[in-house]
Amino acid sequence: MAESGKIDPMHQFSIEPLFGTDHWQLAGHNIAFTNSALWMVATTIVLWIFVAGGMKRELVPGRWQAAVEFFTGFIDKLLLENAGSAGKKYMPYVFSLFMFILLANLLGLLPLGLVGVHPFTFTSHFTVTGALAVLSFSIVLIVGFFKHKLHFFSLFVPHGTPLPMIPVIFPIELVSFMVRPFSLGLRLFVAMTAGHVLLKVLAGFVINSTNAGVGYGALVGIPSFALMIGISALEMLVACIQAYVFALLTSLYINDAEHLH
Amino acid sequence: MPQIAQLAATYSSQIFWLLITFGLVFFVIGLGMVPKIQSTVEARDSKIAGDLAEAKAAFARADEIEAQQRAKDADNRAAAQAMVAEAKAKAAKASEKQIATADAKIAEKISAAEASIRAASVSALQEIEAVSADAARDMVAKISGAQATPEAAAAAVKAALAHG
Repeated sequence: MAESGKIDPMHQFSIEPLFGTDHWQLAGHNIAFTNSALWMVATTIVLWIFVAGGMKRELVPGRWQAAVEFFTGFIDKLLLENAGSAGKKYMPYVFSLFMFILLANLLGLLPLGLVGVHPFTFTSHFTVTGALAVLSFSIVLIVGFFKHKLHFFSLFVPHGTPLPMIPVIFPIELVSFMVRPFSLGLRLFVAMTAGHVLLKVLAGFVINSTNAGVGYGALVGIPSFALMIGISALEMLVACIQAYVFALLTSLYINDAEHLH
Repeated sequence: MPQIAQLAATYSSQIFWLLITFGLVFFVIGLGMVPKIQSTVEARDSKIAGDLAEAKAAFARADEIEAQQRAKDADNRAAAQAMVAEAKAKAAKASEKQIATADAKIAEKISAAEASIRAASVSALQEIEAVSADAARDMVAKISGAQATPEAAAAAVKAALAHG
């Protein structure tokens, strides 16, 4: 909102219904198609195009195929290292998760505002990151209880715990286990939100100082702009790292469910 | 913060569309496309491994053939050397025989020559004796006028020659 020179750095996160505002309902819940949903669809389409481009299945891969195979190999290695050979069957899920979050983060960083499209980073909403975290956590719970039945609770008693310590250790481990979906979801949400807010605040500095006069613009605007360039690069790194961390932690939790420590 | 301010109004639509889109990603891309990409990678890896193993086997075979060749070479060389040594020994024996026969011939010739020389010198001595006896008879006749018999002269000459 650039009204009266005031720029709201939080406005970028607001959800605006595009259509279906009132009458799109599912069991009494509103399912309007919003800008958030639009970027989810965009992410899906871009991801599909990217992966489909690597489906030539040639013996000697071209650049595109090599890029797609780099990502599948990356996630494959991640799963193998953290969840062992039993982690192989989670490849479709972890790959989808990693690429979906990665592309969502990166697409949200695109400077499309220059051409009048307002990018929206749906991973900066804890509704979304929380849902993804709950999804990962549910997989861990379902796999854990399906594979180990009630023996899964031994996950909360580390090896070599002295018998009198078990009543103390068990609740602590249980709480640290239950906190996982929150830490998983909040980490991504906070990282994305903070980065975007910082960029918008600095952009506000540039605009407001330049509006206040050439001197202010040179004194405040130019350094702010230089900082924005650096932080944009940092944000791209954060976008990749957060997607990686989400996939990494998911594979670690899957390892717990598969192997119980 | 719109994430909190709009939570009640938007959580259902966000979760709904997230499930739709992420579900599509999972089922279409994750389950449909990723295994194919991975199988491509695996096929390539196994092909590379197979080719490498084949190349290694070929290398081993080449090494083996080279070793065989080398052994054959060594055998051939040994055989050739044995042949050469045998031939040398044969040649040496043959030349020895030849030398021996030549030696014998030469010795025969030498002894024949020596014999003829000896005969020649004996006949020459006899001639010298005869000539000396004649000369001695002549000298005796001239000096003393006496006639020495040929036997006496010959005996005197023989005695004088024996004294050197």
